[in-house]
Amino acid sequence: MKRVVITGAGSINALGGDVPSTLDAMREGRCAIGDLDIRDADRLAIRIGAQVKGYDETAHFNRQQIALFDRYTQFAVLAAREALSQAGLSFTGESAARAGVILGTSGGGLNTQDENYRAVYEDGKNRVHPFVVPKLMNNAAAAHLSMEYNLKGPSFTVATACASSNHAIGQAMGMIRAGLADVMITGGAEAMLCFGGVKAWEGLRVMSRDTCRPFCATRSGMVQGEGAGIFVLEDYDHARRRGADILCEVAGVAMTSDASDIVMPARQGAERAMEGALRDARLDASDIGYINAHGTGTAANDKTECAAVAHVFGAQADRLAMSSTKSMHGHCIGATGAIELLACIMALRDGVIAPTANWQELDPECALDIVPNTAREAKVSAVLSNAFAFGGMNAVLALRAA
Amino acid sequence: MTAEEIREKVRDILAEQAMIDVADVTDTSSPQDLGIDSMGLVEAIFAFEEAFDIQVPFNANAPDTKDFDISSVGAISEAVARLVAEQHP
Repeated sequence: MKRVVITGAGSINALGGDVPSTLDAMREGRCAIGDLDIRDADRLAIRIGAQVKGYDETAHFNRQQIALFDRYTQFAVLAAREALSQAGLSFTGESAARAGVILGTSGGGLNTQDENYRAVYEDGKNRVHPFVVPKLMNNAAAAHLSMEYNLKGPSFTVATACASSNHAIGQAMGMIRAGLADVMITGGAEAMLCFGGVKAWEGLRVMSRDTCRPFCATRSGMVQGEGAGIFVLEDYDHARRRGADILCEVAGVAMTSDASDIVMPARQGAERAMEGALRDARLDASDIGYINAHGTGTAANDKTECAAVAHVFGAQADRLAMSSTKSMHGHCIGATGAIELLACIMALRDGVIAPTANWQELDPECALDIVPNTAREAKVSAVLSNAFAFGGMNAVLALRAA
Repeated sequence: MTAEEIREKVRDILAEQAMIDVADVTDTSSPQDLGIDSMGLVEAIFAFEEAFDIQVPFNANAPDTKDFDISSVGAISEAVARLVAEQHP
């Protein structure tokens, strides 16, 4: 089985327009949650989010591209540019046939759907733009990356709600491990912050009206974010041969299903995913110095996740750091695992643990070291990244320092 | 709408949510007693909002806060009646 490493990373999210600015914000413990600037926000009960502000699509894309690129596709393309530029790879002939793209998204082109439903239902129009379908489809972002970078191997999109990115990255890793590809572009993109997108979440009664405070006794729910995180995964030998800068190794993955409830998480499913990722990576619980938590800031997730970590890690649970960076960039749904992977890379590469921002008060049911409010320096050789989605679909990644 | 009518409608909604006979919905029962879990409760609250044209302050992350008392059917009826009075004076 081949080893898999990361040789490029890119992102755009509410914390920053690229990886360096995102990591700077995480080091500072900066929270990007604020008032939503979207049409009809005054008709929403939930008016906050971690929105990519000051974004001008015309600064990045031409008229033809904008006609085809939903906001989530734009985020994916921008993050991919950064990741591919760092990796220093281009694809022709056989190398193109041995490269593909697997992305996670939950809503796909939701802004496009929202705008066009509004046009036909609210505005009474009987005609929409000819490219609505190719713009809104869930595989549009992956398709545009394959076209932009000439990726001619396996390409598709994974949709497992809040675990989409982790499932996608795990699947991309599997492609390389099994020898089906040498390089895979992977990660996730999401742009759900439109009237219909927020209105739907509002109905569930789990959204906070003030801010996201994971693991805190005074938490009041989740806050939605948006953005993309894109990574270049590469066969270790392939990367070594070309002298690439290896950011870290994707050492293991596990995917499990709770098979119990459509929204309530089950502790056993989360435990099996963490145990499975450790086993797959041939890591011991004592090797793990940091967990990037799913940490949504809902009562259901935070209590279940802490109980699962305590159970899997036993006494070791008191010696590891765990934080939820959703407190800063919001819950980016299908992109969230990819954006959170940046915090994992920062821990492994820079020795900096991103904090859980906005934390106020100890919750006895979340009594782990959740790195409250202030980033911390620590030498970390291996980490886990948790994602536990609605539908009870879980995917945990294990990463090791290069 | 009288207090008694509100109480009857609240009981109807909870009975439908729990898929039980309305006669089994007593003022002292808690949603849990009726077999209504947290997501069932969120659905029932949506039904109150639709039936009475009100906004119910309820966050599933903190269901026990005093904004909207959900400890028993009687408490829920009173809370709904108070919201109807406040929001439709």
